[in-house]
Amino acid sequence: MVYENPDGVRIGLEVHVQLNKLKTKLFCGCSTEYHDSEPNTHVCPVCLGLPGSLPVLNEKAVEFAIKIGLALNCEIIEQTQFHRKNYYYPDLPKNFQTTQYDFPIAANGKIIIEGEDGEHVVGITRAHIEEDPARLQHMGTIDKSKGTLINYNRSGMTLIEIVSEPDMRSPKEARRYLEKLRSILDYLGVFDGDLEGAMKADANVSVFWGDRVEVKNISSFKGLERALLYEIMRQKNHIRRGGEIVMETRHFDEARGVTVSMRTKEEEHDYRYFPEPDLVPMRVADRVPGVRETLPELPDAKRERFMKEYGLGETHARALTTEIKLANFYEEVAAKVDPKDAAVWVSDTLKGELNYRELGIDSFTVEDIVAVIELVTGNKITEQSGIEVIRTVLDEGGKPHDIVEKKGLLKVEDDIVAKAVEEAVAENPEAVADYLGGKEKSLNFIVGKVMQKTKGRADAREAREQLIEKIKEQN
Amino acid sequence: MAAWTDISGIRQKIADSSAEEVTASYIETIKQSKINGFTTTWDEAINIAREIDAKGHEGPLAGVPIAIKENISTKGLSTTCSSKILQGYVPPYDAHVIEKLKEAGAVIIGKTNMDEFAMGSSTESSCYGPTLNPWDHERVPGGSSGGSAAVVAAGEVPVSLGSDTGGSVRCPAAFCGVVGLKPTYGCISRYGLISYANSLEQIGPLATNVADIAAVMDVVAGYDNRDSTSINRENNYSAALKDDVKGMKIGVPDEYFGEGIDEKVNNAVWDAISKFEDMGATYEKVSMPHTKYALAAYYIIAMSEASSNLARFDGTRYGLRVEGDNWHVMASKTRAEGFGPEVQRRILLGTYALSAGYHDKYYLKALKVRTLVKQDFDKALANVDVLMAPTMPAHAFKMGEKINDPLSLYLADVNTVPINLAGVPSISVPCGLVAHEMPAGLQIIGKHFDENTIIKAAYSFEQNTDYHTERPKGVQ
Amino acid sequence: MITKEEVEHVGWLARIEIDAKQSDAYAEKLNSVLDYFGQLDEVDTEDVPPTYHVMDVVNVFRKDEVKESMPQEDVLANTEHKKEGNFKAPKIM
Repeated sequence: MVYENPDGVRIGLEVHVQLNKLKTKLFCGCSTEYHDSEPNTHVCPVCLGLPGSLPVLNEKAVEFAIKIGLALNCEIIEQTQFHRKNYYYPDLPKNFQTTQYDFPIAANGKIIIEGEDGEHVVGITRAHIEEDPARLQHMGTIDKSKGTLINYNRSGMTLIEIVSEPDMRSPKEARRYLEKLRSILDYLGVFDGDLEGAMKADANVSVFWGDRVEVKNISSFKGLERALLYEIMRQKNHIRRGGEIVMETRHFDEARGVTVSMRTKEEEHDYRYFPEPDLVPMRVADRVPGVRETLPELPDAKRERFMKEYGLGETHARALTTEIKLANFYEEVAAKVDPKDAAVWVSDTLKGELNYRELGIDSFTVEDIVAVIELVTGNKITEQSGIEVIRTVLDEGGKPHDIVEKKGLLKVEDDIVAKAVEEAVAENPEAVADYLGGKEKSLNFIVGKVMQKTKGRADAREAREQLIEKIKEQN
Repeated sequence: MAAWTDISGIRQKIADSSAEEVTASYIETIKQSKINGFTTTWDEAINIAREIDAKGHEGPLAGVPIAIKENISTKGLSTTCSSKILQGYVPPYDAHVIEKLKEAGAVIIGKTNMDEFAMGSSTESSCYGPTLNPWDHERVPGGSSGGSAAVVAAGEVPVSLGSDTGGSVRCPAAFCGVVGLKPTYGCISRYGLISYANSLEQIGPLATNVADIAAVMDVVAGYDNRDSTSINRENNYSAALKDDVKGMKIGVPDEYFGEGIDEKVNNAVWDAISKFEDMGATYEKVSMPHTKYALAAYYIIAMSEASSNLARFDGTRYGLRVEGDNWHVMASKTRAEGFGPEVQRRILLGTYALSAGYHDKYYLKALKVRTLVKQDFDKALANVDVLMAPTMPAHAFKMGEKINDPLSLYLADVNTVPINLAGVPSISVPCGLVAHEMPAGLQIIGKHFDENTIIKAAYSFEQNTDYHTERPKGVQ
Repeated sequence: MITKEEVEHVGWLARIEIDAKQSDAYAEKLNSVLDYFGQLDEVDTEDVPPTYHVMDVVNVFRKDEVKESMPQEDVLANTEHKKEGNFKAPKIM
């Protein structure tokens, strides 16, 4: 079933990834850990662009760039160079951005996403290295601004700009692309995607094979889908009303969920690119084999292996391989308990509880989940109790075995259940009669009584079975 | 009393008295100056000298006063590039060369005047007013390091640092009758040098004699990992101070002796070449066919780079700020008021040369011509050791004579800019007084990283002639 | 040769405010220099590569090791336009 793409939608994404896992900035030794710091405390003459300052290239940034290029199946260029992109804006300390122009470090790659009709290839045009500008804060609102505050902590951070071919055919595919990209980058260990400013996207959208419109200022997965849905609808309506779509840049207003035209002088950009005289060219082809060896098993390969090695279904495999930390966590658990049980408990239960509390997999230990799984599969506690233990660990702390003891969650011994079953049958003859007469609901009532007697510690399913047996026996 | 004293003489004086006394006497001399060479004198200088006395005169330049051009960053000391737009800017860091000088015990006595942002050959475009040529106060000292050359010539300081993008050390050295060296590109770290044209410029020393040039080079030259264009190469410049040019092969490029060259300068330089023959060297004519295009190529490249290097001056973080309704207006008004007319012209021309539609015709073309000029040098220097030519086409011109005709000012650089395009080293040494008793300079050009040969040639010339003993009236 | 409109356009690109009255005079002065630059058209540069860097050096890097940053006061020391540790500038548009 091939996706028809009835509106002729073409979407391309330009994603900026901030390599915040580097220890220092792109051209200077300032620390990258500025996210909780006071403004202008991670700044030096270089990233402030003081007169006389000069850039020196971070070797590890180049390594990361090559790594990313290879993971995206790109060709790595033989010789490359930085260029100056000249324009004036208050977030640029030098009123030019040092970036790469006609010789990007990586080009002609691709990634595979879950498309509208199965696996879909999205081409990667290029990936290149550039510096992040400073952070601007508008005093007042954006239309009634009283001024601009500028913080150079972010200035000079390493960005990798990844440009895709316009191969996405729907907002959903665009979102899948972004998620896949983030997953790959997470695996490479080149950035922490949760930090502010880690990933930003600009989209190029067109319908009916018309001119493309650029949409800027998208900073979340949800935002991306909303922006694209809005923009596609806007373009369709415009064409329907007899209008023409011209190439322009629009700004996504996250709060209102609309795109707004940016008809300002900023549009008249002549960047006057020329090679950066203060930085010499790079010849990096000989590093490629070495970097290739450091590539980890990537998400697609890991997912397939999980399906094969652990016998998991695609849904579980996919869910467990989106984040590398989760995948590693799962494998440690699967080494100790049945992999399928592990999949259910880690992916469905634990991840659910963590998401609800906005916590990451770091908040739980392999040891603890293994303990819970063993207690349940060993028939010592009920499944429900298992969930309760997990919640308690997260909300109050403690070790699973201690919690089970403290809360008295151990399943009741069989004879106590048998006794409760006997008593319940004896004490509720009408219910028993009703059940025998065909009323299934009455059985539940008696099960309820058994649970009451055992203070909820009996396994409800087992109690029900034993009741049915007892009633049969007696009748 | 203003006097020319070389570094060894100063070190002797310091040993006999103290660094503090020597510095104090220079400060006195500077106070009497009439040439407007210094833009600032540093209050701390006397304290630094005192500390050097306390520490026991360690370091090859211990207690030696030195003047620094206004475009080299000095921590705590105003650095303005002689521009209104940087008034009040005090760098929070030292340039690499300043760190090196301090380590060597030198006493930074003040900053020297220059053409605004190093754009000029006469120091007339400075926001502090022009510097006067000590040989004739009605004439220019040259530029853009006019202040650095003039203060040395006037005996106000023994050595100074300038910068040379298209001749800005060699031109004032020639006009002021002192020695000035532009090293090979990459030889001295540019970290802290406020950029005008970063693929062309180098910091260079000025002094009254060649030995002092070598002494300063030994301290400030060398690898700096903060400058990606800095070359890692150890060298002992003072070891090149030998009086021996026997067998040295000199190339004389016809193109540097064109019709624009003043007759007296032409004769002085040929006399110098004869002198070298007397000393055992030989010369041959060489051809450098692209020389006449070098000037246009140089200016296009320099202006293009400058238009980008000077973009950061917008009033946001330092320097002058003229208020505006919004940031773009503020930047535009600040730059219109803060930059002088020559700087504005060059920024506009550079922006134009890089802009869409003109990029290939001007910028890219100029870079290709640069390749041809560089090849001229490679070919010419293949069979000789050095090239020799006049530094400047004539002696120092009168104040105001050329400032209103930018193109005529540019044309004065015809013999110096090709050297910057090729990145080779070049030294200017005094070779006699010409018209109006004004000094002229002999330019000795070497192969990449062969400063030692041009230093040896310059030193030998000095040892065998009297020109270096000529000084301005009133200077001992 | 550069026109008055081009002068104004370039003035905007370079963020240097040029009085409309001045742009004619400006164009004239710039044109005399551009005229001189035009002589490069005479030079045959076919198959000649441009020289961007005069020294043949490649691969200059630094290690990913943290160096101390500047204290906030020093960063802001050269301006009086600051607020709560930030630089303060007029609104953008």
